[in-house]
Amino acid sequence: MHPAFSVIFLTTLIGAGQGLFLALYTVELYAALDLLPAPPQAFYTRGSLAALALLSLGLAASFFHLGHPERAWRAAARWRTSWLSREVIVLPALMATVAAYGLAHLLGLDWRLFGEALPLPGHVTLLVGGIGTALAFALYLCTGMIYACIRFLQEWHTPLTVINYTLLGVASGFTAATGLAALASPPHTAFLGRWAIILTLLGMATRVAALVRNARLKPKSTLQTAIGVRHSRIVQRSQGFMCGSFNTREFFHGASPAVYEGMRWAFLVLAFPLPALLLAVGLEGGGAVPLVAAFGVQYLGLLAERWFFFAQANHPQNLYYQTVG
Amino acid sequence: MTQLALVIDLNVCVGCHACVTSCKEWNTSGWAGPMADQNPYERDPTGTFFNRVQTFEVGAFPFTETVHFPKSCLHCEEPPCVPVCPTGASYKRAEDGIVLVDYDKCIGCKYCSWACPYGVRELDEHQKVMKKCTLCVDRIYDESLPEAERKPACVLACPTNARLFGDVHDPESEVSVAIRERGGYALMPEWGTKPANHYLPRRKTRIEVTEEELVRADNPLKKERKLPRPAFDEPSLDDVTSW
Ligand code: SF4
Ligand code: SF4
Repeated sequence: MHPAFSVIFLTTLIGAGQGLFLALYTVELYAALDLLPAPPQAFYTRGSLAALALLSLGLAASFFHLGHPERAWRAAARWRTSWLSREVIVLPALMATVAAYGLAHLLGLDWRLFGEALPLPGHVTLLVGGIGTALAFALYLCTGMIYACIRFLQEWHTPLTVINYTLLGVASGFTAATGLAALASPPHTAFLGRWAIILTLLGMATRVAALVRNARLKPKSTLQTAIGVRHSRIVQRSQGFMCGSFNTREFFHGASPAVYEGMRWAFLVLAFPLPALLLAVGLEGGGAVPLVAAFGVQYLGLLAERWFFFAQANHPQNLYYQTVG
Repeated sequence: MTQLALVIDLNVCVGCHACVTSCKEWNTSGWAGPMADQNPYERDPTGTFFNRVQTFEVGAFPFTETVHFPKSCLHCEEPPCVPVCPTGASYKRAEDGIVLVDYDKCIGCKYCSWACPYGVRELDEHQKVMKKCTLCVDRIYDESLPEAERKPACVLACPTNARLFGDVHDPESEVSVAIRERGGYALMPEWGTKPANHYLPRRKTRIEVTEEELVRADNPLKKERKLPRPAFDEPSLDDVTSW
């Protein structure tokens, strides 16, 4: 498939935004249970703002993918059958929830929603955050299923696609939260940073598992089934036109083998081991700079990862578009 | 239920592209149009087509065979392109099984084209909506046309009659009989899309001729003559006289 930059930015940005929000809520939950000290209000407000910014940028990027962005609202119509439609509903719902979450922290809302007896602080934000958490995971599911549900894109048609979208998003979000904590709430840096390392390494394991799986795939469709002729040697002599068409532009990545391989190694280094190393250095007294840099490096790596995710998928329609002649 | 479809006879298709041009001509000026081209007279011309004719070579020289292969939307009975559409712009008509795109609803997200294994949907770069074969839905029901012309433009244009059109759910229709009796098959059956369009295979016409048929060993004139009989390769009466 042709990696479209709109979709690369959409999926990586919202993935990180969701992950950042999940990190904020994790800290709040731990703090409510007295497992962590309570962070200052600025940690939540700035964090929510950053998560909202990431989600909004992703949403903005998605519009560049559409031929008719002014009709985008129509995409909510078919949520019964289409994962894309579901994503279109869940993303704004999550954005609204994150905004409400940040606002509740900003206003310091402290209604005792669950009764006076419950010793937990922050009833409102815990409730809003819980809804947001459900939405964030639902969004990972929607985004992953958009790709995983197309059964003839065999590279994508695996639960690993959803798992990777989730883990890679959560990992980058926790990395971002670590950088944020280094600036806004240093006592929480170690907690978030360690989880960021664990999630990053976990994401690496599942992403490599997907690479290994895809390397062993055998295409179900062949030229024989594509044109229905049973012969071991069939070659296309003409695809029916000389220059490009939508089919030659949309479904081939068009990059040289060197670029393709380069992207694979770039993401394998930039998205996982390097940010994990930077996080470790930052936690071991390296200060805020490596912690903030870790997110930048990991995000670059995830851009390459998403490029490769698309480029690696081999659409069966390509069988029909092999030869200009 | 009715399921309109094309049946394409690969045995007689000569790869002339008449269906391609007549499709473009009809549809660019009709309900589905315009089908705009980009750089039509310059380098790298490109444009939207509902139908393409491709050419494949089967076998290795000197035992090769050329297969001309017209390809358009197959109007699948289980179309994977329809449920993925977030807007409902892509739909399959209940009354005749034609898969269509509502250009006023389509947002141009291209997701349906990813979900079609056959590569027959093309995004119109001018109108920014997804386009595909409509089976000439604006012509096959048009009562102002003579009945014989209420067929898709490609079917009417084909000089070798390689394209048949009809209801594949009616067992006695021309297309159903052709599929049944001439080995009609579907493309990429492995995905369970149940394409409505079918293809008829290339066929070889061979006849068996035995030696007896050539030397006329059973010629009664030779058998019943007085001895000595003439040898089989000598002329006999019916070889030299015309009755
Ligand atoms: S051929 Fe492709 S576009 Fe046409 S109905 Fe089947 S899946 Fe959909
Ligand atoms: S491109 Fe149009 S028809 Fe295709 S899935 Fe998107 S909205 Fe539906």
